[in-house]
Amino acid sequence: MKITLKVWRQKNAQDKGGFKTYQLDDVSPDMSFLEMFDVLNEQILKKGEDPVHFDHDCREGICGTCSMYINGKPHGPKQTTTCQLHMRSFSDGDTIVVEPWRAQAFPVVKDLVVNRSSFDRVIQAGGYVSVNTGGVPDANEIPIPKKIADEAFDSATCIGCGACVAACKNASAMLFVSAKVSQLAMLPQGQVERKTRVEKMVAQMDEEGFGACSNTGACSAECPKEISLENIARLNREYLKAKSSSDNV
Amino acid sequence: MKLDSKIPEGPIAEKWSKHKFNVKLVNPANKRKYDIIVVGTGLAGASAAASFGELGYNVKAFCFQDSPRRAHSIAAQGGINAAKNYQNDGDSIFRLFYDTVKGGDYRSREGNVYRLAEVSVDIIDQCVAQGVPFAREYGGLLANRSFGGAQVSRTFYARGQTGQQLLLGAYSALSRQVSNGKVKMYTRSEMLDLVMVDGKARGIVTRNLITGEIESHSAHAVVLATGGYGNVFYLSTNAMGSNATAAWRAHKKGALFANPCYTQIHPTCIPVSGDHQSKLTLMSESLRNDGRVWVPKDKADSEKIRKGQLKPTDLPEDKRDYYLERRYPSFGNLVPRDVASRNAKYVCDEGRGVSTTGLAVYLDFADAIKRDGRAAIEGKYGNLFDMYQQITGDNPYETPMKIYPAVHYTMGGLWVDYNLMTNVDGLYAIGEANFSDHGANRLGASALMQGLADGYFVIPYTIGDYLAKMPYDKVSTDHEAFKEAESRVKEINDKLLRIKGNRTVDEFHKALGHIMWEYCGMSRNEEGLKKAKTEIQKLRKEFWEDVNVLGTNEELNQSLEKANRVADFLELGELMVEDALNRSESCGGHFREESQTEEGEAKRKDDEFSYVAAWEYKGPEAPEELHKEDLVFENVKLTQRSYK
Ligand SMILES: Cc1cc2nc3c(=O)[nH]c(=O)nc-3n(C[C@H](O)[C@H](O)[C@H](O)COP(=O)(O)OP(=O)(O)OC[C@H]3O[C@@H](n4cnc5c(N)ncnc54)[C@H](O)[C@@H]3O)c2cc1C
Ligand code: SF4
Ligand code: FES
Repeated sequence: MKITLKVWRQKNAQDKGGFKTYQLDDVSPDMSFLEMFDVLNEQILKKGEDPVHFDHDCREGICGTCSMYINGKPHGPKQTTTCQLHMRSFSDGDTIVVEPWRAQAFPVVKDLVVNRSSFDRVIQAGGYVSVNTGGVPDANEIPIPKKIADEAFDSATCIGCGACVAACKNASAMLFVSAKVSQLAMLPQGQVERKTRVEKMVAQMDEEGFGACSNTGACSAECPKEISLENIARLNREYLKAKSSSDNV
Repeated sequence: MKLDSKIPEGPIAEKWSKHKFNVKLVNPANKRKYDIIVVGTGLAGASAAASFGELGYNVKAFCFQDSPRRAHSIAAQGGINAAKNYQNDGDSIFRLFYDTVKGGDYRSREGNVYRLAEVSVDIIDQCVAQGVPFAREYGGLLANRSFGGAQVSRTFYARGQTGQQLLLGAYSALSRQVSNGKVKMYTRSEMLDLVMVDGKARGIVTRNLITGEIESHSAHAVVLATGGYGNVFYLSTNAMGSNATAAWRAHKKGALFANPCYTQIHPTCIPVSGDHQSKLTLMSESLRNDGRVWVPKDKADSEKIRKGQLKPTDLPEDKRDYYLERRYPSFGNLVPRDVASRNAKYVCDEGRGVSTTGLAVYLDFADAIKRDGRAAIEGKYGNLFDMYQQITGDNPYETPMKIYPAVHYTMGGLWVDYNLMTNVDGLYAIGEANFSDHGANRLGASALMQGLADGYFVIPYTIGDYLAKMPYDKVSTDHEAFKEAESRVKEINDKLLRIKGNRTVDEFHKALGHIMWEYCGMSRNEEGLKKAKTEIQKLRKEFWEDVNVLGTNEELNQSLEKANRVADFLELGELMVEDALNRSESCGGHFREESQTEEGEAKRKDDEFSYVAAWEYKGPEAPEELHKEDLVFENVKLTQRSYK
């Protein structure tokens, strides 16, 4: 396959950046999107130019590191991660435009690499159960109905990639935050801190500069792990409940 | 050098309790006077760093990803073992211990393995308390499955994403300590050297991957939790960034490297599809419960299949060779990983492999679908089948899957004693980075168990014993040892950037991987290993003359990151070959063609090789020195494995 790539190049956070066009003549449909970028980079390196920097690690769709905005969609045309997108999803002669995630809370570091540490800080604000190592009850002491455990699992599969933020015109992080809040709100282990958790995480989310949620659902439609909008509804309920009977100051 | 494993005296079941009682404790008020560095925040590192923080120590934790949540541990699929015996099917701590020693082909330490089995039960309690959503039965209790041919159901799982859920649990505990101010987290930071002061590990030098800044960090102890080195082979199931640099540079500072040749090659991975291949994807072991492995009996048929002139579904039964069922009638498709892998290699070497490369065998579900119906198979393996189809474009409900073995896990690693301390005072190694518990072969679902056992339940005790004997004094990063290490790191980076040769880092990495796979992979012999040694030496020389690393140090420079890692792989690769040459027996994942039974199975030589091979670095281009730690078996009787 022949592919034309228009790729966002930006030397560093201060640089203005812009698109650069590359031509690839021998793309195999079996390549993953990132392998196509490996081939591009070998080609660029051979010419003595700086390769395109992009984030990736597991290449199995689970670490959430890869983050390319492809033809106007996070992770491209399929509802999967960039590393699990294959060139057979494109046609010979296609032009593909590749940009970094765009969000105030995800500043560009270089080329397609962005800084997503805001997500870590949201989790640090309360995305956990406060138990120390050791001294916990036997795992089977508290039975959890299978249905609840499965639902909590569905929320827990979020890979923290940030596609939901990139997909949202307001760059809202509601889907990400709600997935964690939901997981812990559903499980008995999460009950004690249920109210403080949601308040703290939402406050941190606002502080990081993520936008407001306007319920368009673009996030869930692009989420590679199919985190559902129900999580956002649950977050809103949890938040209201917490605010109306706050344990927080 | 005398290697002292420091295994406590006494009956095996009492060793750990006694040891915990005998270790020195650090008074709670004094813990804050000690600083601990944890390099790596996968399962092992995140659990250790969080636990240290909870105890009150000051922790600095490092990872090269943009977030600790992305460590390679996230990719583990199958599950985690624990001797809970919730299923009442005869499991016990002793049985898990016994299975692990036997599975490791009697090349691990009894004392360590028993402790691992003992603390396994606490891990599950801990994870559940953190909110890890393990699979459950309708009654609300935890579900288990049997994994990798185990006779009992002791594997806990969270769909096909166990590693993810466990890591997110450890990450949440770590995040809590970050917010409490007890752990300072350094992301996108790579450790490039270990710093020793007065013979003790006192700090590390890192490169800030965004700015390129070379930074020094001082502490009272250093813990390496940097994972395995499977990427020596270029293609493996490991994450792209997984590397040996931290462990290797510690090795060059005096830490012994144990059993480097022990590599696990997993039989069910998606085969290589072309030269562009960057990594290999594992398909869960559980598929072998229902899939039947075969290749055509006749080379000519394989050739037709490879050329696309014949469809596998059109090949009649009597022309197929279900070679695992034929050779191992009692275990069939469920033989252990190493046996399944080696046999796939043999049939492909005979020219009977399928797929365009000739390096693939079939894993066929047609009979299972006929027997149980498509819905049942979809229920069990639906997500795996989807993943397979996404990657290969083939539909496994209609045509057999193609699989081939791939490098998956490294049992070797830094030598550690019972306290998980290396032979360097104050330097610890935990998780896949150490060599300790799996002998020559790791059982499925035991790596997650070991990583969390080390991090949550072992090192928080043992490190206190060391620190309690240490003065509180801090070493300043202005100390000459730090300055020296910094300048050495800068020197290596400058050297790499100055070469400006003709070949890219990836080209060298692929060439190394090719040598390793060819001569130090599933099946090894003296002649091949000797050849590999010369070829690696030659390649390493070429690397330092002809590699092309562009850009500067003072920026995000992914080529420079890779160059450092590959430079170390080029040295470690040679040591792996050296170790494989020395060990002229077959054991577990290490198969020496010279040492096999009449039936072609692996043959151990217990009289000669019942030891841990621990290698000492002796300077650039000098041969490493071998030290032996004899293995003593008091509780398990050594037998030759047989799966006939
Ligand atoms: C596809 C796959 C499936 C698996 N499935 C299972 C399974 O079902 N059950 C099971 O028990 N095991 C499984 N394993 C094995 C298991 O996942 C690993 O052995 C285990 O997760 C390793 O954990 P770790 O904490 O030791 O290291 P890792 O998770 O590899 O973490 C290494 C850490 O070190 C950091 N690091 C590395 N080098 C440096 C450096 N120089 N400077 C700074 N930081 C550094 C990294 O950033 C990372 O944080 C699987 C492995 C693979 C590849
Ligand atoms: S909710 Fe979905 S899109 Fe958002 S971070 Fe999680 S996995 Fe990615
Ligand atoms: S690289 Fe891990 S999800 Fe894509």
